[in-house]
Amino acid sequence: MEFLVIILSGVLFATAIYNLLQKQLLRIIIGTVLLSHGAHLMILTMGKLKRGQPPVLTEGVTQYTDPLPQALILTSIVISFGITSLILVLAYRTTQENKTDNMEQLRGNSNE
Amino acid sequence: MLTVNLAIIIPFLAATLVPVLHKKISRIHIGWFVFIVSAALFAFLVRYIPRIASGETFLYTLKWIPSYHINFTTYMDGLSLIFALLITGIGALVTIYSIYYLSSNENLSHFYTYLLLFMGAMLGVVFSDNMMVLYVFWELTSISSFLLIAFWYHRKRSREGAQKSLLITVTGGIAMLVGFVMLYVMSGTMSVREVIATVSTYSEHSLFIPAMVLILLGAFTKSAQFPFHIWLPTAMEAPTPVSAYLHSATMVKAGIYLVARFTPVFGGEMTWFWMVTGVGLFTLFWGSFNAIRQTDLKALLAYSTISQLGMIMSMFGMSSAALVNGYSVDSVIFTQAAFAALFHLVNHSTFKGALFMVVGIVDHELGTRDIRRLGGLATLMPITFTIAIIGSFSMAGLPPFNGFLSKEMFFQVAVNISEFNFASDTWSTLIPVVAWVASILTFVYCMIFVFKTFLGSYQEEKLEHPAHEAPYGMLFSPMILGALVVLIFFFPNVLGDYLLRPAMSSIFPTIAENEDLGVHVIPWHGFNMPLKMTIGVILLGILLFISLRYWKGIYKMFPEKWSFNTLYGNILEQLEATSNTVTNFYMTGHLRDYMVYIYSFFILAVGGMLVITNTLVFNIEGNASISSLEGIIALVMMIAAVTILFAKSRLTAILLNSVLGYGVAIFFVLFRAPDLALTQTVVETVSTVLFLAAYYFLPEWKKEDTRKRSKSVNLIISILVGVIFTVVALAVQNGKLFDSISSYYENSYELAGGRNIVNTILGDFRAFDTMLEVVVLLIAGLGVYTFIKLKARKEDASVEDK
Repeated sequence: MEFLVIILSGVLFATAIYNLLQKQLLRIIIGTVLLSHGAHLMILTMGKLKRGQPPVLTEGVTQYTDPLPQALILTSIVISFGITSLILVLAYRTTQENKTDNMEQLRGNSNE
Repeated sequence: MLTVNLAIIIPFLAATLVPVLHKKISRIHIGWFVFIVSAALFAFLVRYIPRIASGETFLYTLKWIPSYHINFTTYMDGLSLIFALLITGIGALVTIYSIYYLSSNENLSHFYTYLLLFMGAMLGVVFSDNMMVLYVFWELTSISSFLLIAFWYHRKRSREGAQKSLLITVTGGIAMLVGFVMLYVMSGTMSVREVIATVSTYSEHSLFIPAMVLILLGAFTKSAQFPFHIWLPTAMEAPTPVSAYLHSATMVKAGIYLVARFTPVFGGEMTWFWMVTGVGLFTLFWGSFNAIRQTDLKALLAYSTISQLGMIMSMFGMSSAALVNGYSVDSVIFTQAAFAALFHLVNHSTFKGALFMVVGIVDHELGTRDIRRLGGLATLMPITFTIAIIGSFSMAGLPPFNGFLSKEMFFQVAVNISEFNFASDTWSTLIPVVAWVASILTFVYCMIFVFKTFLGSYQEEKLEHPAHEAPYGMLFSPMILGALVVLIFFFPNVLGDYLLRPAMSSIFPTIAENEDLGVHVIPWHGFNMPLKMTIGVILLGILLFISLRYWKGIYKMFPEKWSFNTLYGNILEQLEATSNTVTNFYMTGHLRDYMVYIYSFFILAVGGMLVITNTLVFNIEGNASISSLEGIIALVMMIAAVTILFAKSRLTAILLNSVLGYGVAIFFVLFRAPDLALTQTVVETVSTVLFLAAYYFLPEWKKEDTRKRSKSVNLIISILVGVIFTVVALAVQNGKLFDSISSYYENSYELAGGRNIVNTILGDFRAFDTMLEVVVLLIAGLGVYTFIKLKARKEDASVEDK
């Protein structure tokens, strides 16, 4: 299982980087979202998968899944959500002001 | 008793007072205050002469940074006293001169602040015993000289001259600092005295020669030696009192001082002998050769200063021959060279100071200093003329002026060194020849200076003001200096016994123990080789001067574009152009390019490391099993991720993106992470809404007009990054070194009173993270609000416009 999830997050990383190298703002933002999905899956995998029950104390259960990566991912999900919403609004505002969402055209003067 | 330290600090204190006094007392010229300061310092230092002459030295320490061995330690011996007397004495005279030279419309408080800064820094250079403190004052002289050269900062040439001199002298200063650090590494002490005392223990060290070369670089740049002489002629854009003080009498001698001070350290090496002597002699020749072609009097004097500094430098170089073989009766003869160098150093300061002041007077009274426009001033400006005669005849080496004595000694030294065949014979016989030829050229330009300016026909129509004698206040300082020139000729031994003799024991501490190094100077020394050489100089010099216009054509062989100035200018231009090109080449302004740099570096660094250390190990043993459901979800997500790349419309991309998000949520369910699954579902839903909102406001996707080549570069980079992440994760995943600490959190009920372990971690064990994460959300929310709400008002929009 770990092997498969790692491959999956590798694919997510590759597609994320490809999106980041594009010119339109929305593609770049989708790239960042893909990147955070990949990272979250990878953090979870690093704590081993499916080794026990959910980390909620229950009578009769001795084996729990590692709770620490879950806590880290939870924090990370919230933060990346905050960032995503911020850059989405930033993209919205940029497009409104400059009438374009193309990074090439947002570049400014070449001799600056 | 810290009196010498105080003498260094007083000019700095006075410099802070200058602007205040200038503002408060406007009736009296502020220069008089500066004059009082420098004259008082001079008088204070004069009192030390008898005690220094009797062999005493004075050492005072003021703690500064003791933990780094950096202390404000001053050491007064014969050598530093000579320089200090020149600095304060000529400083006082120059101040009087400047009081009459500068009109009250000038920015006087700036001028005198800079001048006092310079004086204090220069005193610091000559008195400092600690190498770091010496360096500090050394750079202060560079800075104050920079400020003084650009005193008329509205002129372009002043600014250029200041910039050039700063660049060159600071480059040398940094080299010197590195040399000092090397000396410190070798000797373990910052004190120059201790460095000298322990020199024999590390003279075989591999850093010894590099340190010597670097320190010499500092000395050569400061003292305008070839090929670093180019800053001195352009520094002539400074007001004439500055040229007289800094660029003839004091600052340019800082390099000479450094060479003299470090002769006991490095003098035993042949490299030192040849570098100092060779560079000095060539500078002597080059300066005098170039002085003849100048048409501007100040430029002529600048090249003559370069030439004379070369002469002093070469004499110090020759004197180190005394140290090469250690003390013996034979080697004492070479110590005369140092005596001659010190003697000429004093003489040069007197006559060159006077000559600069003469040029200043001519410039000030007539409005020009171009030789071609001047002439016939002798009867109109008799006193100036007399001083000019005294100064330039002394510079040419004629009796009865002090230059004659030092030139005779110079010839004697050069002859001595050529007879001492410790090196190849041809080179050492060349020394007196070069010296002699350079002296002939010196004679020629001295004659040009006097005769083209003061004799010949008076051309009033070319002058801005009709010629008349300068006011006495302006003539006072050059008169004093002129009188000194003559007095030193008649009583050279007063100077020799009281000042130069104690300095000799500073330069040759080992030899001075055995021998009295004082030299008795006699104006008439018999009909010997130096006198014959002088007669030759005079005869040939007169001949060359008369036939000047017939042979001046040879200067056309050295046109302006082949000069070192052009080289310097080209180097500066090329540096700027090249760095511009390089920067423009990689700083393209395309975000994509910077991403490519970042990821290429990541691939090279991490991927390369993986290959080099051979850590490409996989092991799927111990992996959890894959159920068919999980396999299908993973497959779907991979397909979704890849399909986003080919999505034609934004809506497809957004929907595929949420497929991925929910896929991740399902995985969280499967991997027993209920809280994560919950959060991910909610966040993904909100995100999708946000994306859809953005979809509504953002323009429709256009087909990206990316070139094929960059498209494939993108593809390669993204695949490589994905592969490297996968490989690293696989390698890490199986290399567990120790157990997880998470079993501790299973006590969450006992320790935190909660059964949900993830929640207790977030809210109790590691609540600090959660708090700041909340702050992140808050800031993001505020950001979103401001991005939407805040808009520049119409009138603000014009601020950014050009």
